[in-house]
Amino acid sequence: MPGGRALLGLSGLAGLLVLVEVLPRAGIVPESYLPPTSRILAALAEEAVTAGFWVAVADTLTAWAIGLAIAVVAGVAVGVLIGAVPVLRAVTASTVEFLRPIPSVALIPLAVLLYGSDLGSTLLLVVYAAFWQVLVQVLYGVADVDPVADETARSFRFTAWARIRHVLWPTALPYVFTGIRLAASVALVLAVTTELVIGAPGLGSVIAVAQSSNAIPTMYALIVVTGLLGVAINLAARRAERHFLAWHQSVRGEVPS
Amino acid sequence: MIKRLLLVLGLPVVLFVTWYAASASSENFYAPPLRQILIAFVDTWTPERLRADVLPSLARLGAGYLLAALIGIAAGVAIGASPRLRAAAEPVLEFFRAIPPPVLVPVIMLFAGIGNGMKVIVIVSGCVWPILLNTVEGVRATDGVLSDTTRAYGITGPARLRYLLLPAASPQIVAGLRQALSIAIILMVISEMFAASNGLGFTIVQFQRSFAIPEMWSGIILLGLLGFGLSELFRLAERSVLAWYHGLRDAQRRS
Repeated sequence: MPGGRALLGLSGLAGLLVLVEVLPRAGIVPESYLPPTSRILAALAEEAVTAGFWVAVADTLTAWAIGLAIAVVAGVAVGVLIGAVPVLRAVTASTVEFLRPIPSVALIPLAVLLYGSDLGSTLLLVVYAAFWQVLVQVLYGVADVDPVADETARSFRFTAWARIRHVLWPTALPYVFTGIRLAASVALVLAVTTELVIGAPGLGSVIAVAQSSNAIPTMYALIVVTGLLGVAINLAARRAERHFLAWHQSVRGEVPS
Repeated sequence: MIKRLLLVLGLPVVLFVTWYAASASSENFYAPPLRQILIAFVDTWTPERLRADVLPSLARLGAGYLLAALIGIAAGVAIGASPRLRAAAEPVLEFFRAIPPPVLVPVIMLFAGIGNGMKVIVIVSGCVWPILLNTVEGVRATDGVLSDTTRAYGITGPARLRYLLLPAASPQIVAGLRQALSIAIILMVISEMFAASNGLGFTIVQFQRSFAIPEMWSGIILLGLLGFGLSELFRLAERSVLAWYHGLRDAQRRS
C-alpha cells in the first residue's frame, strides 16, 4: 500500500513541523535559539523574494556542478586507465589507499592562501573530496569484470579500446553511478562548508552573515534550504541512475524463472 | 615478498623524492621546500604540542563518535524493527541526512556555547545519520527465514536483539560507521576552526593566519596521517569483528 506509506511519511514531516512550532512557543526551548516553524517559514518567504538569495543559490550550485563534473571526468578517466593496466593498479594501490582518507578540510588553509575567498577555493575542495569517491568506485567496478567475458574478447582479438568500450565499461557503469551519487552529495557538503568557513560566495557565506548579524530565523531558513538542495540532489541522482541503468540487472530486478 | 614490498612502497617513495627534489630550490612563498616542511614538522609537533593540541581533538572525536554510534544503532534498531515507524520517520531522516553537517555548527553554537560540549554535539549531529540509516536498512533486510525461526523458537526481547537483529545488521552498521568516521574527522576540524582555543583545526588555521607556511604544511600532513591512521585502525577492527561475514561471503563465492 504505497499510499499508506506516503501518508505516514507526510505525518512524520508534519509532526516535526508541529514540534518545532510548539517547543519554543511553550517556552521549553528559548525562542531566541529555536524560532517556531511559522517564523522560519516567514523568514524563508522573505528571503525567497530577494535577488541576493537566488544569486547565492546559483553560486553554490555552480561551484557544485563544475566541481562534480571535473571530479567525475578525472575519476572515470584515471580509474579506467589504472583498472585496465594491471601493473598500474598494483603500483598505485598503496598511494590511493593513503591519499583517500586524508580529510579534505585539511586543505582549507591551503585553499585560502592560493585562491582567497573565491570560487577557486570551493572548487579545489569539492574536486578533491568528490574525486576519490568516483575513483574508488570505478576501481571496484573494473575489478568486477567477468573473466570469461574478458578472455572471450581477447580471443576474438578485440582491440584495447574495444575491450574497454564493450566489456569493461558496461560492467563498471553501475559502480560509476554509485560513485557519482556519493560524489554529488559530498560535493554539496564541501561546497557549502567552504563557503561557510572561508566566505566564498554562496549559501554558506549567507548563513555565516545571518549568524553574525543574529538573524536567527533567517539562518534556520537557509539551513532548511541547504537540506532541501541535498534531498533534491539525492533524488535527481537516483532517478538518473535508474534511467541510464534501465538495462541493468539491479534495476530490472530478477527475471522470474 | 620483495616484489610486493616494492609495489607497495615504490610509488610513494618516487612521489616523495620528486616533491623533495622539485621543491628543493623553491622560491615560492606558499610552496616552501619539503626539507623546510619536515624540519618544521619535527620542531612544531613536539610531545607537549601533541598533548596540548592533538589529544583534546582526539578526545572530542572519540566522544562524539562513540555517542553517535550508540544513538544511531539504538534508534536504528527501534525504527528498523517497526515498519510503521520506519515509514513515518523516513522522510524526516532523509532530510536531516541531506543537510550538510557543518551548517549545523552555528545552530549548535547557539545552544551549547563554544566549549567542548559544542564540538562533541557537532560531531554527533553529523555522524549519527549514516549510522542510523544504515542500521535501519540492515535490520529491515534481516533474513526472513531466520526471523521466523527465532520467533517459532520463542526467542524474543533482548535475546532476539543480541542473536538475530544485531548480527544480521552488523555488516550494514559497519558500513555506516565507516562513513561516519570520515565525517567525524571533518567536523572535528571544522568545529575547531569556528571557535576554539586548542586543537588541531585551531592550530592549523592559526599558522595560516600568521603566514607560518612550513608549519601550516606540517599541520596538513599531520592531519593527513591522522586520517590515514584512523582508517587503518578501523579496517583492522572491522576485519576482526566481521571475520565471520567475510568468510561466509568468500565461501559462497567459491561454491
